[in-house]
Amino acid sequence: MTDTLSGTEADTKFYTQGEPIADAAAPGGPIEDRWPTRKFEAKLVNPANRRKLSVIIVGTGLAGASAAATMGEAGYHVKSFCYQDSPRRAHSIAAQGGINASKNYKGDGDSDFRLFYDTVKGGDYRSRESNVYRLAEVSKSIIDQCVAQGVPFAREYGGLLDNRSFGGVQVSRTFYARGQTGQQLLIGAYQALERQIAAGTVEMHTRHEMLELVMVEGKARGIIVRDMVTGEIETHMADTVVLASGGYGNVFYLSTNAMGCNVTATWRAHRKGAHFANPCYTQIHPTCIPVSGDHQSKLTLMSESLRNDGRIWVPKDEADCGKDPRDIPEPDRDYYLERIYPAFGNLVPRDIASRAAKNVCDEGRGVGPGGLGVYLDFADAIERLGEDSVRSKYGNLFDIYERITGENPYQVPMRIYPAVHYTMGGLWVDYDLQSSIPGLFVIGEANFSDHGANRLGASALMQGLADGYFVLPNTIRNYLADGPFDKIDENDPAVVEARESVENRIKHFLEINGTRTVDSYHKALGKIMWDKCGMERTAEGLTEAIGEIKDLKADFWQNVRVLGTADSLNQSLEKAGRVADLLELGELMCIDALHRNESCGGHFRAESVTEDGEALRDDENFAYVAAWEFGGDDGQPTLHKEDLNYEFIELKQRSYK
Amino acid sequence: MKLTLNIWRQESQSTTGAMKNYVIDNVSEDMSFLEMLDVLNEELIEKGEDPVAFDSDCREGICGMCGLVINGQAHGPEVTTTCQLHMRSFKDGDEITIEPWRAEAFPVLKDLCTNRESLDRIIQAGGYISANTGAAPDAHANLVPKDNADRAFMGAECIGCGACVAACPNASGMLFMGAKITHLGELPQGQPERDARVVSMVDQHDAEGFGGCTNLGECSRACPKGIPLNVISQMNRDLLRAKSHGK
Repeated sequence: MTDTLSGTEADTKFYTQGEPIADAAAPGGPIEDRWPTRKFEAKLVNPANRRKLSVIIVGTGLAGASAAATMGEAGYHVKSFCYQDSPRRAHSIAAQGGINASKNYKGDGDSDFRLFYDTVKGGDYRSRESNVYRLAEVSKSIIDQCVAQGVPFAREYGGLLDNRSFGGVQVSRTFYARGQTGQQLLIGAYQALERQIAAGTVEMHTRHEMLELVMVEGKARGIIVRDMVTGEIETHMADTVVLASGGYGNVFYLSTNAMGCNVTATWRAHRKGAHFANPCYTQIHPTCIPVSGDHQSKLTLMSESLRNDGRIWVPKDEADCGKDPRDIPEPDRDYYLERIYPAFGNLVPRDIASRAAKNVCDEGRGVGPGGLGVYLDFADAIERLGEDSVRSKYGNLFDIYERITGENPYQVPMRIYPAVHYTMGGLWVDYDLQSSIPGLFVIGEANFSDHGANRLGASALMQGLADGYFVLPNTIRNYLADGPFDKIDENDPAVVEARESVENRIKHFLEINGTRTVDSYHKALGKIMWDKCGMERTAEGLTEAIGEIKDLKADFWQNVRVLGTADSLNQSLEKAGRVADLLELGELMCIDALHRNESCGGHFRAESVTEDGEALRDDENFAYVAAWEFGGDDGQPTLHKEDLNYEFIELKQRSYK
Repeated sequence: MKLTLNIWRQESQSTTGAMKNYVIDNVSEDMSFLEMLDVLNEELIEKGEDPVAFDSDCREGICGMCGLVINGQAHGPEVTTTCQLHMRSFKDGDEITIEPWRAEAFPVLKDLCTNRESLDRIIQAGGYISANTGAAPDAHANLVPKDNADRAFMGAECIGCGACVAACPNASGMLFMGAKITHLGELPQGQPERDARVVSMVDQHDAEGFGGCTNLGECSRACPKGIPLNVISQMNRDLLRAKSHGK
């Protein structure tokens, strides 16, 4: 294939151009017929045969827990793994705001097509139409399923479910459970999973971390895991492997991800041949509590739903930034989102809100320590609705804020700043959610498929549960129907090789005995990524970052200090493996960001802007998915392009003005 | 601030542990309690000493993974999770004792990490509504009065951290269990399995080695989510009801 404008000399020295790829599993035809068609055409597995077929599922967040429960209910033999002490801890639990569904319970003109349209537009036209339409289509079933499980969504006095609006859209389609929607949905899926564990269809392995994928004759057939309590390296084989291991936001060190979130499961699969798609698409969430010092271990999100009632502002005059915000009179405040984007105001999509905050802080008008913060002010809402009403809607969020900052947000405006929150990139999958490795399926945040270059609020929970409850169980059967599969012996050379590579790597970590802690490398990587592959990216910065990460990686393998033993609970050892993989991922993210010489969604290239400084997409050259093939430890990754074709939605420059 | 920490160190489940003394300097009041322990661990690694193992994940008070007994109180002096406790709750020169959850049903794995799978097994015994994927009626088929919905929500707020067990002199898990029984029992969807659920969960609770409730209320005071003691009354009422139905 001929090289397009993307191949500048600066970036092609970091990668090789490969053959284009296509999503072979997606049916054509009218968009609303595609999912019913695929469900019908996907082969069935007789109930009596299901128990002879086995599935490994890594991760127990919304996608993993719902998939494990559903596959268990269907009668397959499921093995589920999580690194936490209970499947209920997975980080989906921290999602606050809500879950979208095109129920149109508010009668405000919502429909599957509108949810589809909003999501494609919100993703800045970098997602697949077929996948997103399916997501919108199954969204209604998710709400039905969760209510049946007893998920306590917010209700009105008449007993009906309540909805609210969320960033980037103009209808109320978000179902919520105060600020704890993720928790309630995950507990619903967790309970369904525990029910299957009790029924014996799911075998649960907590405190187990996947460290390698086992491939036999080109197919995913098992995983190597470490028992994090005893240190034992275990081999688990199955007919198919599903990764539901979440996103890689912790490559930035500071993010709203949980401490343990990592890329190891998907990265190990990538090294074995699974393409990694659009790694540079990361979401920076606009409303997080600002950093307070070097000790900071993670960042805490304040739900985007706060933007429904809170107003975002900074002082018009730099000189006012140190003042008590309550002493700054109305005319001296700049409600910059309302000013620049009058149609959407404080509810513009996340990428836009984040960049706007960065811009006003870069102008010197930021507030709080280091000038890295903007106000999110509830004074108007409290006056309009009363403090009790604000408390009933957002009470737990206000409590979190006060706990962390020591300030009372009912009295003083909150300070917020953007933080890394979600990663739209992930392993490449086809319409069946199968990766480029046969038998390896990827669901939830771990795949790349539905959010394009930017995810709309309340869509992550929707996608995780859509994949786990409704999509995967219907597509994976097409693969499993080819069973029964040959039983693989644990002494098969491919299995032994995978197990030994894990054992050798662990041994190596413990033998380096250098001088720097694992965390110090993680922090150094995070700083490079945030400064040069964060909210604003340039060719120059990214090129520097690639060199810096290579150096850091080399130093890590020479100089890291991991104490303790392999055969015990050893948290430094766990972190060492994760950081080693994040270092490799970070480099690929920078290469991807460098090659994508356009601005789209969360990926903002300073070289690609409109006259008024807004992100400028380049559909002629970049309307494709960048799927990267691993090129070996010393080689270069290979870029495979999957063209994105829009048949139902016209590509437009996104505007929220 | 400068602090003295007395921390429980234990190699593994099969070894005996002991308190060990550490001094930590330059602690900022903006640090969370766990960030203070992170700093201690970085210092220990630099000195070549084994860092202190403790559990945490989300660090925003919702996953329930963290949990330390701090100066004798589950999750420490504030009503919150350990990860949300900040050092502004302490002052320069304080001596702080840090122990793992203490309960027979939560064996120590290493240092401050415990095994709480007993809580999962109580849920396995009946803490769910049996609704297979795909079989659900429309979400508006069942209306739920707001009072019931709110009370169900209150029970559903439990994060399964186990502080109630750690705080209880009897190491009872009844606040945890009562919260789940209240959550599901308040909803119309939860009615078909209501009797069987309570009987089965209570049996599992007792088999795991948790103690009984003697109405002291320490559990509720330690609960970071403020689950009230009356969920235990609701559980007892449901148990009596189930027994009267011959379950």
